[in-house]
Amino acid sequence: MRAITYTVLLAALWLLWSGIYKPLLVSFGAGSVLLVLLITHRMNRVDGDRLDISLNPIRFIGYFLWLLKEIAVSNMNVTRVILAGTMPIKQNLFRIPHTQKSDLGQVIFANSITLTPGTVTVETEENEFLVHALSYSEDDLHSLADMDRRVSATEMKSNL
Amino acid sequence: MIYVVAIIGILAAMALVMIRLVKGPTLYDRVLAVNSFGTHTVLLIGVVGFWNGRPDFLDIALLYALINFVGTIAVLKFFRYRAIGDVMWTPDQKEEES
Amino acid sequence: MQDILNILSYVFLVSGTFFVVVGAIGTVRFPDFWARLHAASVTESGGVILILAGLCLQAGWTLVTVKLIIIGLFLFITGPTSTHAIANAALVSGLRPDTIVKNPTSDKVN
Repeated sequence: MRAITYTVLLAALWLLWSGIYKPLLVSFGAGSVLLVLLITHRMNRVDGDRLDISLNPIRFIGYFLWLLKEIAVSNMNVTRVILAGTMPIKQNLFRIPHTQKSDLGQVIFANSITLTPGTVTVETEENEFLVHALSYSEDDLHSLADMDRRVSATEMKSNL
Repeated sequence: MIYVVAIIGILAAMALVMIRLVKGPTLYDRVLAVNSFGTHTVLLIGVVGFWNGRPDFLDIALLYALINFVGTIAVLKFFRYRAIGDVMWTPDQKEEES
Repeated sequence: MQDILNILSYVFLVSGTFFVVVGAIGTVRFPDFWARLHAASVTESGGVILILAGLCLQAGWTLVTVKLIIIGLFLFITGPTSTHAIANAALVSGLRPDTIVKNPTSDKVN
């Protein structure tokens, strides 16, 4: 089942990327898809490490759009700091708890923190992230807690 | 025409990042500058491709993005094993990190 | 319709270039490594998204747009990952911000 999903995904990626549909080139594509399947099959025997995507797709798209808005807002803030005459920098390292159940959820939260300019995830721990902020204020804690809630909401409930 | 503006802007940004790359002062400033330079290069290749009317350049841009990422991780991992300052993790955990 | 898309893509390209240049200026101007990290991430998020979106609008509904979206998604995932890796390596090596705010939440760090 997993092999069929992989084959469809890889073939679609290859066809979209190539754009030239001559028999020779398409056969090269089929060959590379087979090679990748063979390699992943061997890797699965070595370690059974799998990525389970347990996200609600509709909620995730909503979160993605919200994230784009956040990126725009924080880009403007950091741009203002960079172009200001005396740069109002107020750096801080602080810890923010995360409530995601799955690894993927935690990765999305940590990457979202880093993607919004002004905050960078420096260290990941069991229940907390260590975050570095460029111009720290108390509001950062609230907005990051809000982001944490939104990422947790995109996770599938059945997985808990 | 609009592409020329974008190309000039990106080239100017690359020159500025180059200053940081030369000045340093720490290793991590330089790695950050190289990584940033790579991102600029990916954008530059894409825009130049459109400017010449040859969007096939995007294949090279993607390849450059791949190499840039792998290269940054490789350099960081190399220097971490040489243990600059205090090392707080064992090698096993390091594997998971990178 | 075509004119509107063209103007929109010009706006995206110019504002994307603006963020790229601002990020580079910040990389030179900021006083220490930890602040420069944030300047570089302006380029990596705002600049990349806007310039690729502008190119997408120029390309229209073709395979080129698919390529641009794949490059965008790739940079969207790897950009923060490499920034995190650099920040983490710097933290491990013992580098600390010059001007850190003293507050109860930061005492566990040092």
